[in-house]
Amino acid sequence: MTEGERRTGPLLLGVRHHGPGSARAVRAALAAARPAVVLIEGPPEADALVPLAADEDMRPPVALLAHAVDEPGRSAFWPLAEFSPEWVAIRWALEHGVPARFIDLPATHTLAWESDSGGESEGQGDDEGEGEGNDGCPPESDAVRGPAPADTDPDTVPDADLRVDPLAVLARTGGYDDPERWWEDVVEHRGAGEGDAFAPFEVLDEAMGALREVYGTGGHERDPVREAYMRLQVRAAQREFGDAAVAVVCGAWHVPALRQKTAVAADRALLKGLPKVKVDVTWVPWTHRRLARASGYGAGIDSPGWYGHLFGARDRPVERWMTKVAGLLRDEDRMVSSAHVIEAVRLADTLAAMRGRPLPGLTETTDAVRAVMCEGSDVPLALVHDRLVVGDVLGEVPESAPAVPLQRDLTRLQRRLRLKPEALERELELDLRKETDAGRSRLLHRLRLLGIGWGEPAASRGSTGTFRETWRLRWEPELAVRVAEAGVWGTTVLSAATARAEADAVGAGSLADVTALAERCLLAELADALPVVMRVLADRAALDADVGHLAQALPALVRSLRYGDVRGTDTGALAEVAAGLAERVFVGLPPACAALDREAAEEMRRHVDAVHGAVGLLGEAVAPNPAPAGTAGAGETADGVSVGAAAENPARASEPGAALGSGTAPTSPSSASGAPASAAEDVPEPGHHSELRRRWHSVLRVLSARDSVAGVVRGRAVRLLLDDGELAQDEAAVLMGLVLSPGTAPGDAAAWIEGFVGGGSGGGMLLVHDERLLGLVDAWLTGVPAEAFTDVLPLLRRTFSVYEPGVRRTLGELVRRGPEQRGSAVAGAAGLPGFAPDLDARRADAVLPVLRLLLGPLGAGDGGVDDNNLVGVGT
Amino acid sequence: MPVSAEPTSVDPRHEQSAHANATEELRPHAEDAFAAELAALAAQDDRPRPARWKLSPWAVATYLQGGTLPDGTVITPKYVGPRRIVEVAVTTLATDRALLLLGVPGTAKTWVSEHLAAAVSGNSTLLVQGTAGTPEEAIRYGWNYARLLAHGPSREALVPSPVMRAMAEGMTARVEELTRIPADVQDTLITILSEKNLPIPELGQEVQAVRGFNLIATANDRDRGVNELSSALRRRFNTVVLPLPESADAEVDIVSRRVDQIGRSLDLPAVPDGVDEIRRVVTVFRELRDGVTSDGRTKLKSPSGTLSTAEAISVVTSGLALAAHFGDGVLRASDVAAGILGAVVRDPAADRVVWQEYLEAVVRERDGWKDFYRACREVSA
Repeated sequence: MTEGERRTGPLLLGVRHHGPGSARAVRAALAAARPAVVLIEGPPEADALVPLAADEDMRPPVALLAHAVDEPGRSAFWPLAEFSPEWVAIRWALEHGVPARFIDLPATHTLAWESDSGGESEGQGDDEGEGEGNDGCPPESDAVRGPAPADTDPDTVPDADLRVDPLAVLARTGGYDDPERWWEDVVEHRGAGEGDAFAPFEVLDEAMGALREVYGTGGHERDPVREAYMRLQVRAAQREFGDAAVAVVCGAWHVPALRQKTAVAADRALLKGLPKVKVDVTWVPWTHRRLARASGYGAGIDSPGWYGHLFGARDRPVERWMTKVAGLLRDEDRMVSSAHVIEAVRLADTLAAMRGRPLPGLTETTDAVRAVMCEGSDVPLALVHDRLVVGDVLGEVPESAPAVPLQRDLTRLQRRLRLKPEALERELELDLRKETDAGRSRLLHRLRLLGIGWGEPAASRGSTGTFRETWRLRWEPELAVRVAEAGVWGTTVLSAATARAEADAVGAGSLADVTALAERCLLAELADALPVVMRVLADRAALDADVGHLAQALPALVRSLRYGDVRGTDTGALAEVAAGLAERVFVGLPPACAALDREAAEEMRRHVDAVHGAVGLLGEAVAPNPAPAGTAGAGETADGVSVGAAAENPARASEPGAALGSGTAPTSPSSASGAPASAAEDVPEPGHHSELRRRWHSVLRVLSARDSVAGVVRGRAVRLLLDDGELAQDEAAVLMGLVLSPGTAPGDAAAWIEGFVGGGSGGGMLLVHDERLLGLVDAWLTGVPAEAFTDVLPLLRRTFSVYEPGVRRTLGELVRRGPEQRGSAVAGAAGLPGFAPDLDARRADAVLPVLRLLLGPLGAGDGGVDDNNLVGVGT
Repeated sequence: MPVSAEPTSVDPRHEQSAHANATEELRPHAEDAFAAELAALAAQDDRPRPARWKLSPWAVATYLQGGTLPDGTVITPKYVGPRRIVEVAVTTLATDRALLLLGVPGTAKTWVSEHLAAAVSGNSTLLVQGTAGTPEEAIRYGWNYARLLAHGPSREALVPSPVMRAMAEGMTARVEELTRIPADVQDTLITILSEKNLPIPELGQEVQAVRGFNLIATANDRDRGVNELSSALRRRFNTVVLPLPESADAEVDIVSRRVDQIGRSLDLPAVPDGVDEIRRVVTVFRELRDGVTSDGRTKLKSPSGTLSTAEAISVVTSGLALAAHFGDGVLRASDVAAGILGAVVRDPAADRVVWQEYLEAVVRERDGWKDFYRACREVSA
């Protein structure tokens, strides 16, 4: 109590949140003053949690989390690192058996404020990840965002009325252009001073006083209320412990206000009638990375690792830092010798001298590390930044800390959706057209994303509709632990799943992983995570040089797009990415198809098929407008179903197409049902859609014409073009004749045939129906020289053996009958008993009125399609 | 200005007397061209100077970065770029470590090294030009064989290299294109940089570096066919990477200024209003180089070429020549398209895909780039 004479009031320690220099100064000041109580800026609801800070299992960085009981999404964090002055004060108090209390305005008010200004409750869930959520609640802004005196946002300084940055003003006065650097030089880089432990606080106090005289509250409108509350608390503590036995640790900005003499009544008046909300407080683990995040709940400090080092290093911080850096680089197999460390320290010192700084700061050490240890390269430097300057430190919280809000949110959702956690396994059928079921599906998908495997999707029995989902549910006790673990991602299931999905996307290993994640995001309806996932997806796609990967990713993406349509989510971004992906495939495919061995060519053929299907789907999926969300029951369903049906068809288009024996076939079912419905609203879309198809067709043309492309791929390309009606029959015949002519190596020709008529793409039906093609194949086969025939035989056998036995027999019969009789044989042999070789015009006409009724008025020129439809119906 | 494609001066034995009529020279040395600025800086420099430095480190930094002196003398900026780079470079020279300037072609490495030497030692001519044929003698010493045969080995028969002279006189030596020098010749620098002496075994003597000696090397890190520095040598250098221009505007400025200069010296007819096309070329170069579009939304593959500012300059220059001699006198998309294609597609297989992707995914969608897209399609097909 030797300071009693010097000080008249409480010991006010103004600090910069998360400043190691401040922390060190606070420790020294507390040790010198030995107060009987320590008051700290923070939510008083957390008083009961203070003793946990002394728990053995408590490791900073941690954060105090206050959240509204009914709405876990409404929450605020007070992150504390090892080097935070507040943390140091708490620890000092606990070590010396002195009570520590939080004196900021209770979170019960601040969170209620937030709801006044912050919009409805759903919106709060997603303020994780964006600064806006916090901007709505100035009271937290300095607790959450770091330096209280400075809002660390030098860019927003000029508007002094709105949000003054006092540090910037002080720094400018001191001739610095960067306020952070000024603070570092003046305060943080002070070693453990031997001088007066209180001197720095007095000086700072004076400076802040001068600033507040000019700027008032500097735009933090709620500061007067908070400061009134703090003053009342300080007074209460003074009454209890004596005038000078009280120490207050708060943001330097508040010190002048706390020193101010105001009437108790005036302070009480300010606090009257504040809104209230029921609040729970707990400790949650925090990470250095989150401290470094400039927005959201980050504290906005760029270099927690460096600060931690400054705080922890006994002496010679630069030398120790360089040794750490060298150690890290050596672990990563970079050759860094002690000589490097010496030179780096020398360079940092000289740089600091040249820049007129008392000690090398982070800028100087980084410059020195770059020039000496990293050979001027920023790549290893990024590693240093990531591992050391920011750091991997993960906080821990003892088990005895109260439950996380995520668990509460989950309980609430379970109640609302009438989905009880049961240990017994049971199956759950969901009809996504119903609102409750859709909500259940969303919840289960979100939990799965969070690694909480309560439900596993199972194969639907019976119905294959896209609006059905089957889940197998089983609640295991350890899932509660998973929920607690997932608590670091957010306070509600939605916000946690969103944050998790975003993190997963950024860290995903391969393009396919990201695509799968996009699919899951759609299923879980994480609209906010989707942009991030899409950006990652687009980036990965752009950098992935393997067309195979791209071609694999495309179908899944297109599938997602279709799902999004069924569920009424906005998939504009997805469509854009898918189109971009398709574009990249188009560009990359032709060069990738050259110089392939058999297996690679076969794989490439599958890719071509997949892309073909996807391009078809993409056109369909892009075309219809996104259906209105959730509410429009029947209308939406009908739309969804019809789109689903339409979209499904092109995937199988080749089959019916082949069966119909005509190049125009694939347009029949989908365009008949889908086009009239959507034609009205999407005038520009067909252009884009057909543009995509047109480009894909031109790629196929390139493939089919290029000799260096593997035969099987070339054949496939011709076939796909033929199916789409892009290639006339006679053109195809010419191409085939060219390939099958004696100039071509037999192996190549056989591969071409395999690609053209081969496996999994409709069997040999095309050959059965197109006698000219059959004639070409036949003529080529009979023309193969005897010695080459044995080479070709295995390939041909492979092609033909996968055909249905009936098809094979029919082919055989056709060949045996010879060319002149085939015309009549087609219908009879094609497995359509009871059909005459020619169309029975009278009976066909009888169906037409019904068809017209079904399809609506048909335009001119659809006659040919009609014919095909008839046959299609027959099959 | 860090004007790119600055021709490298190969003039190791430059005699002081030749400066008499500096204006006649095609390209005067830095210390002559900016003699007035250097003198003004020296006159007002009251900070401590390292031994044999003509200026203090602060004044050297000011000389490079530009500024206004207390008496009102304006110092023109020699290098426009991050201040950090100049500070680290000057600080390195102030310690006894050698300085290695790395960067792709056209990032003003030579320019910076020349001005550093001029400001620090007042002499930028102690230069070794690195080539694949640079012999050891160019770094250590050679012999005057007539004398050697007539009088036997002696100091008089010895022909000192620029590095040796710099050591003896406490000056700054320069080595250009260090990585082009064969590895075994490079390594002769190790003793010089670590022991700071140069033994002459033939005479049983040595030349010891006096205070003030240091060495600036430049090297190109993107070229093929270079000789990587041995780690022993690398350890003797502090490395500073000179970046490409930070903003598109800065780069457009550099390109148009330089194109203008070249155009005048080649007597090309004046072509009006090429700025838009220059901006487009610079945009294409920057986007492909950085692997991301200028709006930062789409990532791109980068081609194997360096796509430096110097190349952008040559694309625009040749485009101007096309426009002036064969076109309608206005620089159009078709005039630069072929040049861009040539600069981007260095590796016919991989780079062509990169270029096509870029065309289809970025250029085609961009407003107002239709003509450029068409022109590029034409030359790419």
